Amino acid sequence: MGATHLPATEFDGTGVDDQLEAEAEAVLGEPPTRMVQLLGPDGTLGEDPVFSAYANRLDAEKLRGFYADMAAIRRFDQEATALQRQGQLALWVPLTGQEAAQIGSGRASQPQDYIFPTYREHGVALTRNVDLAELLRQFRGVSNGGWNPKDTNFHLYTLVLAAQTPHAVGYAMGIQRDQKLAAANATPDQPQEPKAAVMVYFGDGASSEGDVHESMVFASSYNAPVVFFCQNNHWAISVPSTVQTRVPLADRAKGYGFPGIRVDGNDVIAVHAVTEWALERAREGKSPVLIEAFTYRVGAHTTADDPTKYRGSDEEAQWRAKDPLERLEKYLRAEGMADDAFFATVKADGDELAAYVRKTTHDLETPDIRTAFANTYAEAHPLVAEELAWFEEYSAGFADEASTDEADKDGAANR
Amino acid sequence: MTTMTIAKAINEGLRATLNNNPRTLLMGEDIGPLGGVYRVTDGLIGEFGADRVVDTPLAESGIIGTAIGLALSGYLPVCEIQFDGFVFPGFNQITTQLAKMHARSNGNLTVPVVIRIPYGGGIGSIEHHSESPEALFAHTAGLRIITPSNPHDAYWMIQQAVDCQDPVIVFEPKRRYWLKGDVDTESPGASADPFTAHVLREGADATVVAYGPLVPVALAAASAAAEDGHSVEVIDLRSISPIDFDTVTESVKKTGRLIVAHEAPTFGGIGGEIAARVSERAFLSLEAPVIRVGGFHMPYPVAKVEEDYLPDIDRILEALDRALAY
Repeated sequence: MGATHLPATEFDGTGVDDQLEAEAEAVLGEPPTRMVQLLGPDGTLGEDPVFSAYANRLDAEKLRGFYADMAAIRRFDQEATALQRQGQLALWVPLTGQEAAQIGSGRASQPQDYIFPTYREHGVALTRNVDLAELLRQFRGVSNGGWNPKDTNFHLYTLVLAAQTPHAVGYAMGIQRDQKLAAANATPDQPQEPKAAVMVYFGDGASSEGDVHESMVFASSYNAPVVFFCQNNHWAISVPSTVQTRVPLADRAKGYGFPGIRVDGNDVIAVHAVTEWALERAREGKSPVLIEAFTYRVGAHTTADDPTKYRGSDEEAQWRAKDPLERLEKYLRAEGMADDAFFATVKADGDELAAYVRKTTHDLETPDIRTAFANTYAEAHPLVAEELAWFEEYSAGFADEASTDEADKDGAANR
Repeated sequence: MTTMTIAKAINEGLRATLNNNPRTLLMGEDIGPLGGVYRVTDGLIGEFGADRVVDTPLAESGIIGTAIGLALSGYLPVCEIQFDGFVFPGFNQITTQLAKMHARSNGNLTVPVVIRIPYGGGIGSIEHHSESPEALFAHTAGLRIITPSNPHDAYWMIQQAVDCQDPVIVFEPKRRYWLKGDVDTESPGASADPFTAHVLREGADATVVAYGPLVPVALAAASAAAEDGHSVEVIDLRSISPIDFDTVTESVKKTGRLIVAHEAPTFGGIGGEIAARVSERAFLSLEAPVIRVGGFHMPYPVAKVEEDYLPDIDRILEALDRALAY
């Protein structure tokens, strides 16, 4: 299959990607990985020899759920962006455009799976039942995390690019050992624990980091039950993905010896299908999988940059035409799975979520620095104890001063 | 009580921890059938299998990073970095991830990873095989750093490191791997707390603090000084982070003079930290400035001249003379 056999979607008209495809074919000596797409931008559902079977598992309720999730996280994203503009958050990392990649993949995971996000996976967090207000702690500067990963099997955000990828492989190696031990100790009548896998997210920019390569080597060497989920959103801050790679990122998996799949990242049905397939494969111990979700970060990398300085508005407009929410809405309406009332409810729920987020952000408590003293080490540490004792004494000095100030004020008032 | 080398003591310590805790596993390059380039893991893969003695791909960041993931999933990984100078590809994982995971999770997660690093010079090797990067790690909060100087400590410290809930780096003095000594495998005795310093020799005129490979040098210098009529106390620091300042300060209050000796360059090194702390804690007890004996501010030099770089007995005695001259 060559580029001509690819679905007529993102590869058409973008120029850059056509060139990439041609180069890839020249470099690889074979056509690049095809892109899986089920739900086109026009809202019609296509066929895929492998993944239609997975899509067929989805009923109307699930599909409406996907839409509701995508709408909720987009609304949350808008609210968080507004909060940053109002000075309530130090920074925000918007996800608009990537809703399908995140909701589709996150909803394909099982509770026993463990997820390592990078720092833009707000949609995945939603699917893991992380309280979205908790996500804002980090961006408000009151925590470096904000939720307990053990509660939802959704790890902390990692800001050092790709550093979480070897963690994911190590975690998967742990699962692998747990499963071996469980199998060795199993009795015939004992109910089996559901098998688990790990999924790790990273972007096209992070794919250049050595840790991605090292973790893929480890994953392959030990056949770790891990799914690498790369959201190719086309821009690493201001640097285009063509500077990170000359072949489709999914094709890199071949070099490590496991399957790589490129999926239309704006097609929630395809993303869900592909991820379900990959996670099932990983849980069964067949192999790791690399998924490249071909999508687009519609807004800025963070609220600190300005995309108009490095990319054209026509490119953005082209991608807006492939909007993940709009195409699912078209499909749901055409199939009679959702009506105006449903979409009105989703909108109302989004406004409610936004109000909740606005309120809880203001209410997020600033921690006492004593918690930082307490959490630097797990076990008692004399230097921390010494510095804390000094800090207490130093602070106590100001307490005296404060009470003196109060007394002075009282005195002044009495005069 | 049995006699063994430091390398053998670590091997036995690892064997004990692998036996005692089914969640312990070893990871590193060439640690399997080869038994490590220093044979510290010799025979262990045969006893415990490839799932617990893991020959890894040649990728230090991958080793540390996957160890973090294993620790997060409930395992107790002990990583071997083959040589000091090769830890740097893993430096990012150690300093930005391993050291901070507990803090950034608000105490919800622990990452009890142990990293073994053979360190220091004096073995006539080529570049990147003789470095002492301990200060680079000691500066990072969240890590603990210990360094044994004798087989008994080596046997116990590796097990104590595995038992610790915090990440621990064990710097192993590679030129002392073949140093023999008594090991009490029944009880750690005074070595029960790995984060304490030990007074190895009592003295009245000056204190010499050393750790790892320089401990035997400090002891030899104290013996030589005794022949000249000077009574020198020798402290084996054992733990580089945290540092047992109580033991050091106590000694300085008694002797009034302090010399800190390590192989790493003196600038920005552990010796400077000790000097500063002691001057804060025992300034009025000091009869002389704290004097540092260490490496020069240069990349570790080529082996043919390393004898001029490495602190030896004479360098410590010269420092002692300077301290006594005040």
